[in-house]
Amino acid sequence: MAETGRLSALGSAPPVRAALRYGAITAVALAAFAMVLLLAGKDPLRAYADTFSYTLANAYGFSELLVRMTPLLLTAVAVALPSRLGLINVGGEGQLYMGAWLASAGALMFPGLPRWQLLPLVALLGFIGGAVWAAIPGVLRAARLVNETIATLLLNYVAPLIVSYFIFGPWRDVRGSAYPQSSAFSEAARLPSFFDTRVHGGLLIALAALLAYWLIMEKTRWGVDMRAIGGNPEAARRLGLPVAAWIVIALAIGGGFAGLAGMGEAMGIHGRLRQGLSPGYGFTGFLIAWLAGGRPLGILFMAFLFAIITSAGDTLQITQGLPYSAINLLLAMILFIVLARRPRKAGR
Amino acid sequence: MPGREASVAAAVPPGAPLVEVRGVSKRYGPVLANDQVDLTLRGGEVHALLGENGAGKSTLSKIIYGFTRPDAGAVRVAGEPAALRSPRDARALGIGMVFQNFMLIPAMTVLENIALFLTDLPAVVRREAVAARIRAFGERFGLHVDPSALVRQLSVGDQQKVEILKLLLARARVLILDEPTKVLAPHEVEALFRVFAALKAEGYAILFITHKLREVLACADRITVMRQGRVAGGFGPGEADAGALVRLMFGEAGPVGDEAPAGPEARPAAAGPILELLGASARAVGSETALTGLDLCVRAGEIVGVAGVSGSGQKELGDLILGLRPLSGGSKRLCGEDASSWSIARMREAGVAFVPEDPLVMAAVPGMSVRENLYLGTGRRYRKGAGVRWRALEAAMAESFRALAFPVPRLDPPIGALSGGNLQRVVIAREMAHRPRLIVALYPTRGLDVRSAASVRDLLRRARDGGGGVLLISEDLDELAELADRLFVLYAGAFRGCFPRGGWQTGAVGRLMTGEREADHG
Repeated sequence: MAETGRLSALGSAPPVRAALRYGAITAVALAAFAMVLLLAGKDPLRAYADTFSYTLANAYGFSELLVRMTPLLLTAVAVALPSRLGLINVGGEGQLYMGAWLASAGALMFPGLPRWQLLPLVALLGFIGGAVWAAIPGVLRAARLVNETIATLLLNYVAPLIVSYFIFGPWRDVRGSAYPQSSAFSEAARLPSFFDTRVHGGLLIALAALLAYWLIMEKTRWGVDMRAIGGNPEAARRLGLPVAAWIVIALAIGGGFAGLAGMGEAMGIHGRLRQGLSPGYGFTGFLIAWLAGGRPLGILFMAFLFAIITSAGDTLQITQGLPYSAINLLLAMILFIVLARRPRKAGR
Repeated sequence: MPGREASVAAAVPPGAPLVEVRGVSKRYGPVLANDQVDLTLRGGEVHALLGENGAGKSTLSKIIYGFTRPDAGAVRVAGEPAALRSPRDARALGIGMVFQNFMLIPAMTVLENIALFLTDLPAVVRREAVAARIRAFGERFGLHVDPSALVRQLSVGDQQKVEILKLLLARARVLILDEPTKVLAPHEVEALFRVFAALKAEGYAILFITHKLREVLACADRITVMRQGRVAGGFGPGEADAGALVRLMFGEAGPVGDEAPAGPEARPAAAGPILELLGASARAVGSETALTGLDLCVRAGEIVGVAGVSGSGQKELGDLILGLRPLSGGSKRLCGEDASSWSIARMREAGVAFVPEDPLVMAAVPGMSVRENLYLGTGRRYRKGAGVRWRALEAAMAESFRALAFPVPRLDPPIGALSGGNLQRVVIAREMAHRPRLIVALYPTRGLDVRSAASVRDLLRRARDGGGGVLLISEDLDELAELADRLFVLYAGAFRGCFPRGGWQTGAVGRLMTGEREADHG
């Protein structure tokens, strides 16, 4: 019997080594992106220095990092939790939109409710919106009809269309601007913000979600069940675990977290429902969860890093006159470097 | 062209050493897997390498096949010192190996699989020529396989034939087979031994790795017994007997349960039925076997055996009883209650335990700790709110290990790090912890070493004597003869015969297993 072979598949890298690895990946990607900047006739050192001074070394810039981190944390957890069962949720973007949509419906329908009632209501609706949207692929997968990767991915294209229908149609703000958007939510529906910045209560929700993810997975019997399904679905089934139910539940909870991200964007940032609510937070969240291997601290670190990178896009646009999409090159390079290593499935 | 391979095989006269292993040692960390091992393989001989799991058999065979390089010692092939840096070197010297897990591509045909292995084919393969060679070798050695069949459509026994043909067409003279009988039904094992005999007659050398004494005594010319990395002893033709082999394999301590009585025993008077199947049927999906009109009754204090060749519906029967497979007709009763539509969770809750063939696939999550694996499948017993009452669980499991006389393993390491026997012990301790009323055992000893297998059999016997019902599904007729109070024969998803203990002969059962005739129910 090949007993040594089994061991190699087990165990995860210790935190120090993991941190070094993330650091090395980042450094290599930054070096490669510097080449691109040189080719574009820009000074990479200058660009990086600008990015640093506009983000980390600047109170406003730093607050903007936290603003970006908020939805990224939630969409990353939305991917990480189902991944522990071996499920691949690529639908964070659609779930985010449906969360924002249902939360907006609540805010627009009950504008007169006091804040202590309306805020929990819109948060709950945001969660439900994303959860239902993710439960659809969950049911299809549990019934062995459609692979959840395909279904979640395709539903990403449907959700923004639903949002568009409502902001072009029934919810359109006719008095305001020519932009297609809903009318503004009542003040009671707005998430409180901190210290005169755009950082809003959604950040606390996101951190709580990350903590809840860790607690559920590592400290509860539900986590044991879910990890067992991810580790050996055949044994889980034979040991009497309700595998089909867990598939639906895990995807729904994940989708619910993505829905909270959408709720946060609508209630914390825009104050109304808009097209282009998310510049691809759902997809970036997938990348974060995947790079972090589903580990909570890794998600925290990678979400912060990706917030810096996306902020750098804005900085480069302003200071260097580079198009924002240039930053997609950097994201792609990071992905490329990670893929060049031995691939590592999230959560395994 | 078959004549050319024959000449290669006959190049060294029968009886002359083809492979000589001298003083080979190999260390893995703290474990000395091979310690000064000597072994000689001669043409025209079947050489059995016998030993418990972890005795060093696999390491030695991998060294001969160039897969592993020894720390010390040397291997000579046909009298010349051989530099075996990789399997490629070994193959060039005419050494081939059939691994436990076959190295075949299921979606390709037999011919394509074999052609892939041959290094001396021209860029454009003449399929007819290769097919003719395959047929010629098949004819000569009793390895009949259709070259145009897809490998995934072949039975395990036929896939093994393809593996052997691969080596023969690649002009191997020395064939190493690692536990080749593990996956075979009794009649397939006999067929394999006939292949051995044919190969022997043409001067091939065969290294047959196993831990089954009976097989060794049935087919080996020479026997080398390994224990703890050393050669514990060797026997020439006709020198070995079972007692001497057991003493060499285990040292002074014999395997557990060796002296257990195998004959008819005094049974308590007919106790109440635990499991009843009344005309139970199930549909087949894909390549599964449909079950038709099964009538079966397992009473308290009884071991009911189910014999059959592989693929007769054994797994489907186990799944049907466990509640993993819906009934399409008939009914299933557990202790008098209608359990036809119960889920597996409910069946387990009601006291049904499952001892599977390969726990790492069917009953354990390799990446999770032993402790977490002990919790899985215990249903509601150790739940408390959102958490688990780990202390209560550990206490109950420790008690179960103690009652079974198993050593308690460390609970923190992942269960996948345990050896096969220890893994099976953990699964059994978990399944036995709550005094199950019915134990469904599906090939429970397959792949276990002699000692672990004996302790599993002993456990089934004790569960029976404690008043539980046991359903033992096995392909090992010796095991069934030793344990079963009644024996059912399953063929193509239906029972073909039922025999009381002592009321059957291997030949009759074997014919029923292959569907040759119906039996009078007795």
